[in-house]
Amino acid sequence: MSTKLTKELLSTLPDARGHFGAYGGRFVSETLMDSLMILEREYLQLRQDPDFQAKFDKDLAEYVGRPSPLYFAERLTRETGGAQIWLKREDLNHTGAHKVNNTIGQALLASFLGKKRVIAETGAGQHGVATATVCARLGLECHVFMGAEDVQRQSLNVYRMKLLGAEVHAVESGTRTLKDAMNEAMRDWVTHVDDTFYIIGTVAGPHPYPMLVRDFQAVIGREAREQSLKQAGKLPDALVACVGGGSNAIGLFYPFLTDEEVAMYGVEAGGYGIETGQHAAPLCAGRPGVLHGNRTYLMEDDNGQISATHSVSAGLDYPGVGPEHSWLKDIGRANYVSVTDDEALDGFRQLTRVEGIMPALESSHAIAYGTKLAATMDKDQMVIINVSGRGDKDIHTIAKLDGIEV
Amino acid sequence: MSRIEGVLNNLKGQGRKALIPYITAGDPHPDQTVELMHTLVASGADIIELGVPFSDPMADGPVIQLACERALAHGTSLRQVIGMVKQFREKDNGTPVVLMGYLNPMEAMGYEAFADAAVEAGIDGILTVDMPPEEAGDVAPLFAARDLDPIFLLAPTTTDERIRAISKHSSGYVYYVSFKGVTGAARINVDEVADKVRHIHELTSLPVGVGFGIRDAETAAAVGRVSDGVIVGSVLVDTIAKNQADPEQLKQALEGLLQPMRSALDDLAS
Repeated sequence: MSTKLTKELLSTLPDARGHFGAYGGRFVSETLMDSLMILEREYLQLRQDPDFQAKFDKDLAEYVGRPSPLYFAERLTRETGGAQIWLKREDLNHTGAHKVNNTIGQALLASFLGKKRVIAETGAGQHGVATATVCARLGLECHVFMGAEDVQRQSLNVYRMKLLGAEVHAVESGTRTLKDAMNEAMRDWVTHVDDTFYIIGTVAGPHPYPMLVRDFQAVIGREAREQSLKQAGKLPDALVACVGGGSNAIGLFYPFLTDEEVAMYGVEAGGYGIETGQHAAPLCAGRPGVLHGNRTYLMEDDNGQISATHSVSAGLDYPGVGPEHSWLKDIGRANYVSVTDDEALDGFRQLTRVEGIMPALESSHAIAYGTKLAATMDKDQMVIINVSGRGDKDIHTIAKLDGIEV
Repeated sequence: MSRIEGVLNNLKGQGRKALIPYITAGDPHPDQTVELMHTLVASGADIIELGVPFSDPMADGPVIQLACERALAHGTSLRQVIGMVKQFREKDNGTPVVLMGYLNPMEAMGYEAFADAAVEAGIDGILTVDMPPEEAGDVAPLFAARDLDPIFLLAPTTTDERIRAISKHSSGYVYYVSFKGVTGAARINVDEVADKVRHIHELTSLPVGVGFGIRDAETAAAVGRVSDGVIVGSVLVDTIAKNQADPEQLKQALEGLLQPMRSALDDLAS
């Protein structure tokens, strides 16, 4: 059922109302509609504006430190015994994850729109840190909403945000994780809609967010494609990235979508195992519904109430996913799979041990699946795994699982 | 003519304003909702907005969030809410009931099944907070075919162009959200509301109900003076929360809130 994707087809997505096939859209209360329409209009103009693009590129080069390397993981490849494994090193970005690509772009948008107050939601805290960072640099007031449970398990990032001058709001409602942080950010936005810019951290939410976050993150895939051709002399056979909301995955996948020979794997959080129901894998085990401004695959019960999710990784602990991924799943262009908490932890340990690279627990899901996949492929084939972030923030979680107090 | 239109026309003929209370179905317990609806009518309600609980009520403040949590703790589902209206209709065939909630429970039930069940139970209107008319393409024809009134929100940020477009998609009444914020916040500015509602009246012939921030007889009267109806939510839901242990006390507390609002609104007519 795979649809042949062309540049022409891709240029029509999302459509004028923000739809990727049956998914996406703008499902918000009326108060926000005007702001979303203004944001869409301004962004579509700025996207064509050479000044805006030049500023964005300059910041990515000089502030973030791009391009991030594409690194051939020789020992990991040998230990896996299959396809060559290459790592896209988003963990080396300033602030330690891919999130900053997007916050740089959206903060620029906020400045162009004259908004002085910025809000963001965060799960693992990476997006919160990346937002607080760009706000510090631009002198913007910054409020970060974070589930109370995540505040506890990611205390290091909470402190980083505070050092950067952001106010962190612990959200006690609902399941006290990322989805509730997003609810609370939406409530704040509706209350301060005149002066506030909402920097959404992933390719979800109401149109135009899935589009603009994708555009800002697509630098990952553009670089990886160029680097692959230059360093390996060919395109990769497969791409692997973890999927929570899906911004690092769409960033890597997007520039390769018309390269039919490149397979794509989005790795969701299997938690304790899909069969237990305690996971965060809507594309693998959910169904389409409407949440947080868009129609997409969701984890929900029979009555349409959103389910509590579980993942060892706070950044993947979300019941929805970006609408473009839902579309890519349905048309068969990308494959969505899952690995469990335990497999992800093994991935973390393996990459740390054989390559000296400590991946974030989110990215460890991609490592775990990527090595499994590579093992089934030929030695002359090539897999690119996106190391979307570094694991420093997760040291406490890992140590705790090992029974060690740090 | 729909039941909502009939009631609002009738009130207009008398120079009176509609009192439209909101409660969350299933709060504090699903067994109490129908009785509470009758209490609302006995206390002066012209139309009831019945909230369908949702796990992620993004447009609501803490009071209604907690009501949703209480209702969901008892497993209140959309099907059960429809059943409550059916039971309410056994004793009350005159008071229009508008279901108010978020889209996903309807999507999960299936729009056609939902529309059939709603009309069969005697539901009159549907207000879906997170479904602007742009996204109502699949749903609107199903509602129209069954004479269910689609009720949409207008906000302080809504442009004239959108007011016209949204009114075209609406029937029964339009719901004007009195301020930028979530339900239950105390930010209403009556002069601003008056200006905007006057302006909305220039752009549409539909009745305009105003909600968000109406908490007592005084604010009800002030808003009633410039609109066709006042919608009262969080203050009632808060009263339910505070009196949930004692049904009789709860009934009296609701009457004590609504009756003065009713009187204040009716004083505007005389």
